[in-house]
Amino acid sequence: MREITYLEAVREAMSIEMRKNEDVFLMGEDIGVYGGAFGVSRGMIEEFGPERIRNTPISEAGIAGAAVGSALTGMRPIMELQFSDFITIALDQIVNQAAKLRYMYGGKGKVPMVVRTPSGSGTGAAAQHSQSLEAWVTHIPGLKVVQPSTAYDAKGLLKAAIDDDNPVIFYEHKLLYKTNSEVPEEEYSIPLGEADVKREGTDITIVATAIMVHKALEAAAELEKEGISVEVVDPRTLVPLDTETIIESVAKTGHLVVVHEAVKRGGFGGEIASMIAESEAFDYLDAPIKRLGGVETPIPYNPELEKAAIPQVPDIVNAVKETLTKKAVAK
Amino acid sequence: MEQTKTLKLVPELSDEKLKELYKQMWLIRYFDEQVDQFFAKGMIHGTTHLAVGQEATAAGACALLSDEDKITSTHRGHGHSIAKGGRVDKMMAELFGRTTGYCKGKGGSMHIADLDKGNLGAMGIVGGGIPLAVGSALTAQMKKLDYVTVCFFGDGASNEGSFHEAVNMASIWDLPVVFFCENNQYGMSGNVSEMTNVEHIADRAAAYGIPGVVVDGNDIIEVINATYEATERARRGEGPTLIEAKTYRWKGHSKSDAKKYRTREEEKDWRDNRDPIKRFKEDLLEAEIATEDELETMKKAAKQEMDDAIEFAQNSPMPSLDELLTDVYA
Ligand SMILES: Cc1ncc(C[n+]2csc(CCOP(=O)(O)OP(=O)(O)O)c2C)c(N)n1
Repeated sequence: MREITYLEAVREAMSIEMRKNEDVFLMGEDIGVYGGAFGVSRGMIEEFGPERIRNTPISEAGIAGAAVGSALTGMRPIMELQFSDFITIALDQIVNQAAKLRYMYGGKGKVPMVVRTPSGSGTGAAAQHSQSLEAWVTHIPGLKVVQPSTAYDAKGLLKAAIDDDNPVIFYEHKLLYKTNSEVPEEEYSIPLGEADVKREGTDITIVATAIMVHKALEAAAELEKEGISVEVVDPRTLVPLDTETIIESVAKTGHLVVVHEAVKRGGFGGEIASMIAESEAFDYLDAPIKRLGGVETPIPYNPELEKAAIPQVPDIVNAVKETLTKKAVAK
Repeated sequence: MEQTKTLKLVPELSDEKLKELYKQMWLIRYFDEQVDQFFAKGMIHGTTHLAVGQEATAAGACALLSDEDKITSTHRGHGHSIAKGGRVDKMMAELFGRTTGYCKGKGGSMHIADLDKGNLGAMGIVGGGIPLAVGSALTAQMKKLDYVTVCFFGDGASNEGSFHEAVNMASIWDLPVVFFCENNQYGMSGNVSEMTNVEHIADRAAAYGIPGVVVDGNDIIEVINATYEATERARRGEGPTLIEAKTYRWKGHSKSDAKKYRTREEEKDWRDNRDPIKRFKEDLLEAEIATEDELETMKKAAKQEMDDAIEFAQNSPMPSLDELLTDVYA
């Protein structure tokens, strides 16, 4: 099968949906001739024109509010936030309007919008352009939250996000844009709320998100050489979360390491760990759950410090070994 | 006897000061051209925004500020930092991610701050510095300090909610702040005429009941005069002014910009016919404030300062990994 990049997969999904449905349009800063800050929408204005590839002023709150309003009245907007850090500016519209309207109105109306936005560190853009704030939005009932790790997933999940009648925050990782995977040309959908076992294993489960999926897979390959069999589970969507697949995996391996790039404190890893602690899988655990996440600092500019601020492959390898050597207290 | 032209300067500025400003404009240009090259060679990582072609706004707006006066800066802030008395060696070290940099290598190009010199820092969030400048002016008013705050921002930033909220607050409270819009015609790819429906950003001042002034941002004399009047007004307690300086960025928005949103002819016109440094040089010569030789000496001094800065930056140490956890809390 042909391989395309994650970036191309996102563009392809948007283009397919826009060709099919006049209600779908893209709105954001510099998405026209410039093609978006990361080039995701490059070429789309030529096909769809400036009406549907709608360049906006630098006005994140305004863009988000316009997305909510147009969604409520029959359109299916996709808005691009240039960097996920800027969600802070749009947050009132997303948290207080998009997520709430249908509920407040007693089930009247719906807000089918997608907020697409690049997140994560690794580009040297420092503290205001490198954050992973996904845990924030998972706290808000009414929002769905997606974090694809491969081109294949990005295409299928974006279709599902566009089809969804609720506001969906769709996090794209900047460093994944140029990564390839096999992606069918035809349209397909990956339901929101279906985790993917990216690698099967029997000794330990790693639940990893976004770019950490790839680091976990690298770690798994290294550990295999030492005879350790690692299962890597990628939730793909944080809300709704496929708890079943994660519980099954942990019940099978008896060990769990959770890895994400976002700061560990208050991060989504805590949610996964608690979910397991509350589930029947807890009884299968042979060792305490281990969480790996970003260090509790803003992302620094210096490249060595930047790397040290988030989990790397050796950290994951160590966490796995540590977990496997720790015996749970005899019950 | 032949009459020499005089500079139409409102505030008193010595010939020495004017020559220093000329040097400073070269320093700003050399700094950003140097950064451009280092990026191309992969010697600096991350992202950066250059202000080549905009030297007159930074140098002119800061020309009469003291170290007590404050500025807030933007993602395109190297020039502001230099104009507010920043050292190019510490700035370059910051871009190289070294411990000797202004932010110990933690901030990089977009976040240079120098609180001792009144530079409250550069912001990577467009419009993020505007309410901050209002807060700084609020301090001055509440503590009865007579500093003013000059708030730099772009034409694009004036479309953020933060701009409108901040200017309104400064206006109702008569705060000593000058809103200085560097209108370089583009916010990334969006031309100002497509992104606003007013002829001048300064026209928006009317909505907040404050003066709005338009100047040629490539004419440092106009910039100095307008900023002088605005800061004097602010110091008298009469409140803020919105200055809009029309200028142009010669380079792309940041390192990866094919500049498809504008023509090469337009770029050439600004470079060839409206170079702010060339214009200032002509003014200084015509007014017989400096000779060709003196100006050449100034330019060379700027170049030397840059060369020394690069050496300093390259020879400075990298931070140790322990630095990752410092500075998070005060
Ligand atoms: C809140 C926010 N939105 C978007 C961006 C991305 N961005 C960085 S600079 C820029 C253009 C800013 O234009 P303007 O204010 O005119 O300043 P200029 O770059 O022209 O100096 C944009 C859109 C950002 N950094 N912050």
